[in-house]
Amino acid sequence: MGKYLLRRILQMIPVVLGTTLLVYALVFALPGDPVKAMFGDKPVNESVAAQIRAEYNLDKPFLVQYLLFLKNAFTLDFGNTFSGQPVIDEISRAFPVTIKLALMAFCFEAIFGCVFGVISGLKKGKWYDSVILIVSLLLISVPTFVTGFLGQYFLGVKWSILPVTAGSNPGFFDLLMPAMVLGSVSMAYIIRLARSEVSSNVSLDYVRTARAKGMSNRSVIFRHILRNSMIPVVTYLGQDLGALMGGAMITEQIFNIHGIGFLTYQSILKGEANMVVSVVTLLTLVFVVCNLLVDMLYAALDPRIRYA
Amino acid sequence: MTDINTTLPGQERYVAPLEETPLQTVDTVDESAPATSMWSDAWRTLRRNPLFIISAILIVFIIFVALFPGVFTKTDPNYCTLDDSLEPARPGHPFGFDMQGCDVYARVIYGTRTSLSVGILSTLIVVAVGTLIGAIAGFCGGWIDAVLSRIVDIFMAIPMLLGAIVVLQMFRTVTSIWKVVLVLALFGWVSTARIARGAVLSSKNLEFNTASTALGSTPMRNLFRHILPNSLAPIIVIATTSLGSYIVSEATLSFLGIGLPSTTVSWGGDISNAQSILRTDPMVLFYPSVALAVTVLAFIMMGDAVKDALDPKSRTA
Repeated sequence: MGKYLLRRILQMIPVVLGTTLLVYALVFALPGDPVKAMFGDKPVNESVAAQIRAEYNLDKPFLVQYLLFLKNAFTLDFGNTFSGQPVIDEISRAFPVTIKLALMAFCFEAIFGCVFGVISGLKKGKWYDSVILIVSLLLISVPTFVTGFLGQYFLGVKWSILPVTAGSNPGFFDLLMPAMVLGSVSMAYIIRLARSEVSSNVSLDYVRTARAKGMSNRSVIFRHILRNSMIPVVTYLGQDLGALMGGAMITEQIFNIHGIGFLTYQSILKGEANMVVSVVTLLTLVFVVCNLLVDMLYAALDPRIRYA
Repeated sequence: MTDINTTLPGQERYVAPLEETPLQTVDTVDESAPATSMWSDAWRTLRRNPLFIISAILIVFIIFVALFPGVFTKTDPNYCTLDDSLEPARPGHPFGFDMQGCDVYARVIYGTRTSLSVGILSTLIVVAVGTLIGAIAGFCGGWIDAVLSRIVDIFMAIPMLLGAIVVLQMFRTVTSIWKVVLVLALFGWVSTARIARGAVLSSKNLEFNTASTALGSTPMRNLFRHILPNSLAPIIVIATTSLGSYIVSEATLSFLGIGLPSTTVSWGGDISNAQSILRTDPMVLFYPSVALAVTVLAFIMMGDAVKDALDPKSRTA
């Protein structure tokens, strides 16, 4: 296990380096001169501009810039934004909000996805199975931003159950609707995944054996069927936790939540290379670590998988 | 010891009559019957699937609307007068007018072409590039596979939307729909490549391949004549399913104001414009959303049906 973990962590390094280099190259290629943009309408003072370029390493060749960025990133120094704020401050202000949102969405999709998926898989062909299936198909087809507007219109404006927008320092209640919207598509995928897994496991031999031994229905479902059906679901959930943080961009935009997605979108529009690269680096790390955790979880779920 | 052959009362046994059909007729194969292949089997399964029939009718209709929007409306989607701003529906304009006074019905009809062409073009490019790279990785193995797989890992780790926005930001001035198509393909090819690689790997070492090598086929001939046709099913499945998701991505990017230019009639752009009047006139937002959802639904249902037909192990219904 220790050896396997070490090998996996070593394999993560080229992926993280490659991703940051790719994003850095893309952002670096953005047209427009951000230093000129900082002066606004005023005429550009060349000596000041040169000083700013030197300060942000904008005068050096691309690869040197990238390596300097990496060197600083190790000490969590991501440089400053163009308005002079340290990038790490902005990120640490926005990150907890997004983590809160992503975790709420994650819990929402995991709980409701599994419950509905398992019910539907166990009782295939019943009317509520069809209802669950149709609803999940609809949730997949309707884009997140439309789901968001529908939620805002009905839950927020018409029935005023939940707050319409979240604002800068949102609490649990403010984030409830955004989290449901963010998690809805993944929930639908989990329902479908859990349903097909459970329904294909129900008719297998080991389930019949367990029933023949006189095991109660409850134990058969929880100890045999569920444990075997959950492996693909856990894989999906693990990959999704990383994707949720990146996908929060739309949701944060609609509900005016000042999280990472909101920050990234604004930074891309402003051409803040430092900020974009730093955020993407962090998101990639989260994504890769989640994948690693999923692989570790496999061993717990399926004793046949052993890591040497 | 009683004789086995004496039957006691109640022990009468049923003895089946001697086989009336000779073994030969059971074993003969009707040579005149057409051969069934995996594809004809799949087609037969598909035709019987109500999901397929519904989605096929929807898709044919959507394609027809995209090709001939003039059949459904005579109104120019770009003819807008502020006099009509947010006017309710009236004869000839069944969905009413948006903020700029454009006819919502005409814009929904003309938006079909945009969404559909982005979806189909992205899928075609993704399938071509993804299959090629995946097949090379799976077929060559060794260091080529290692390098290509790492590249796939790198692209996988970048959230699609984030990457697309970064790239599209560079091409703000380009007005062609190709920029969205290419960006979606740039971040979409990896999942197809992964699946193609897996499929090629699993059919690479099968007997038919060894047989064809023994008959003197070159590796290239093997790849294109034997391995690729046998790896197509999972690629077709993922292509159909992802078509819907590309349509969603295009709408999302246009919604963020970074996809297609505002001069192109697109559902995502119209939804974005209607966002500010959600509280007062929700219907302006409603119509393009429904059109978008129905289109995506049709392609997702088609993907499900195709998956059921080509991959019997993973039946959804």
